[in-house]
Amino acid sequence: MAVAATTAAGARPSVRAGRRPSAAWVGTVPFLGYVGVFLLLPTAIVIWNAIRNPVAGGLELSNLKLLFDSAERSYFTGSLELSAGSSVIAAVLGAFLAYAVASGNPDGIVRRLYLSGSGVLAQFGGVTLAFAFLATIGPTSGVLFHAGWYYNFPWGIGLIYTYFQIPLMVLVFLPAIDGLKIQWREACENLGGSTWDYWRHVGAPLLAPAFLGATLLLFANALSAYATIQAWENQISYTVPQQIYIAISSEVGLASNAADVLALGMVVMVAIIMIGYFLLQRRAARWLR
Amino acid sequence: MKSPQRFALAGLTALALLGAGCSSSGSGSSSGGTDWSTVSTASAGGGMAKLVAAAKKEGTLNVIALPPTWANYGNIIKAFTKKYGITVVSQNPAGSSQDEVNAVKSENGTSKAPDVLDVGMAVALVSTSLFAPYKVSTWNAIPATQKDPGGLWTQDYGGYMSVGYNSAKFGTITSMSQLLGPKFKNAVSLNGNPTAANAALNGVMMANLAAGGTADSIATGVDFFHKLKQAGNFVPVQATTATIKAGTTPIVINWDYLNTASVVGQGANWKVFVPSNAILGGYYAQAVNKTAPHPAAARLWEEFLYAQGAGDGQNLWLQGGARPVEMTAMTSNSTLDKSAAAALPPVSGTPVFLSPKQATDAATYLAAHWAQAIK
Repeated sequence: MAVAATTAAGARPSVRAGRRPSAAWVGTVPFLGYVGVFLLLPTAIVIWNAIRNPVAGGLELSNLKLLFDSAERSYFTGSLELSAGSSVIAAVLGAFLAYAVASGNPDGIVRRLYLSGSGVLAQFGGVTLAFAFLATIGPTSGVLFHAGWYYNFPWGIGLIYTYFQIPLMVLVFLPAIDGLKIQWREACENLGGSTWDYWRHVGAPLLAPAFLGATLLLFANALSAYATIQAWENQISYTVPQQIYIAISSEVGLASNAADVLALGMVVMVAIIMIGYFLLQRRAARWLR
Repeated sequence: MKSPQRFALAGLTALALLGAGCSSSGSGSSSGGTDWSTVSTASAGGGMAKLVAAAKKEGTLNVIALPPTWANYGNIIKAFTKKYGITVVSQNPAGSSQDEVNAVKSENGTSKAPDVLDVGMAVALVSTSLFAPYKVSTWNAIPATQKDPGGLWTQDYGGYMSVGYNSAKFGTITSMSQLLGPKFKNAVSLNGNPTAANAALNGVMMANLAAGGTADSIATGVDFFHKLKQAGNFVPVQATTATIKAGTTPIVINWDYLNTASVVGQGANWKVFVPSNAILGGYYAQAVNKTAPHPAAARLWEEFLYAQGAGDGQNLWLQGGARPVEMTAMTSNSTLDKSAAAALPPVSGTPVFLSPKQATDAATYLAAHWAQAIK
């Protein structure tokens, strides 16, 4: 394919300054192949299994009624509460932290420490995090928390989630703050604007799309997290991923295609988030060129 | 894909040649090597010696969902490898019974598919189409109610639902109703989610019996945990050896053999008791994968697990705190490891065993009510 395209382009050198899309798309083939195999195909399988009769085969749209059962709705509500709470708190705290880092020396040791630290901590989740929390500042440390609130969903687990959400916010939000040009601030001051005016009319509107986009990313990150909450509160399902696990692996005779139906519900949620993220990114990108 | 297949083919050919060689020099039968995947007793395949030879030739056994600390499986696997020189490949040791069956289906026909399964009865009864019938040499020592008449599944070991607790922290505990008291704040946990894990379902059922319920309805047990949660005593964290050591789950409701094994080497403070008014028993079952990649090794593993010798499966399970299915027969023929038997938590009274219907009813009730009760 690539060879043929090159030959065709070479045969007509006169149009090389014009449209040459024929060769360029070849470069996207590996990407599209990857996306196809690892994203689109699994999604299609989930959707197909969700709307299929598990025993007889054939279409069975009534499976989807499950999504509106009160028990199933409570898992979606739980996922929403936990993801929204932890992402908004982490977004606000992370944004201030990112601003503090950005206003320091761009080549300084503090910034480098923060960034590499955030890079590590953003990936520090799962059983390790839950256990680290339990063993150090959790109920048995005998130091901090004597009340039982940390076992009440979503407070304790929400707090744990911020441990990997805040570092992720710093990582994704820092480029946006770095994109604020010093000249804009100077221009604002030259026109007699105060710090408040700058943030009110320049900084905040510029950062808003990036901030909301980053918040959505954190939301999706929390939505799909599974191992941490499973280690923390595994004797009861609060979130959709936990219930999907139960539907797949229940050894007391409850396994069914409910897992695929719930997964379809999550696909829809993530699709909405991704569209929102895409729109916000497009708007934010205007200012970061 | 191709080369492993060719390799397997070569192995099979070699096996067939070897079998032919053996049979011509031995019994003199005219056929080639035994196809162990269709053999349902060792003697039908030509006897134990032939089974051992065929299994050694295969060289590998795939097992799944066998945690090393669960009923002494770590040592059982080591003893099997030492005795027969067969490598044991252990997949997904923390998996559930349903994970085992899922793996048999999804890996069907590959060389890494599980050869043998150790599953809860709820899963065993609905998955028999995946199993190959096999009756071990000690078949008659297993009570008739604890095996499939055709040998599709055979119960292997079991125990009673128990309460394990840290006596240094709480003193002596003797009944379930005590656990509702104020000194057990954030202390009591189950082994998993009862809508998914068999051990947790039986934990709720045990609480049910202790609180005056019957095996036909688990509602009283769910109510007990609702009260436990309201009292602030319920811990939703998965109990493991680590959480017990860290003190996060100082009281664990679990099978007695798991409660005993989870704290080996922790000193005398970890006590295990079976409530006298709620003796709930449960057994797991062995089954051989119908399309096992190592059919002879799978059958030899079963023979090993049910053998009664000092270093064989039944006594090894007993040393792990589990009650082997041939315990009664072994007591009468004096092959039982007496010191290991004496170390089991004492049980006095008539134990309750859930029927398949009672277990299913309990699971259905839990699916609808557990999350609400414990929120």
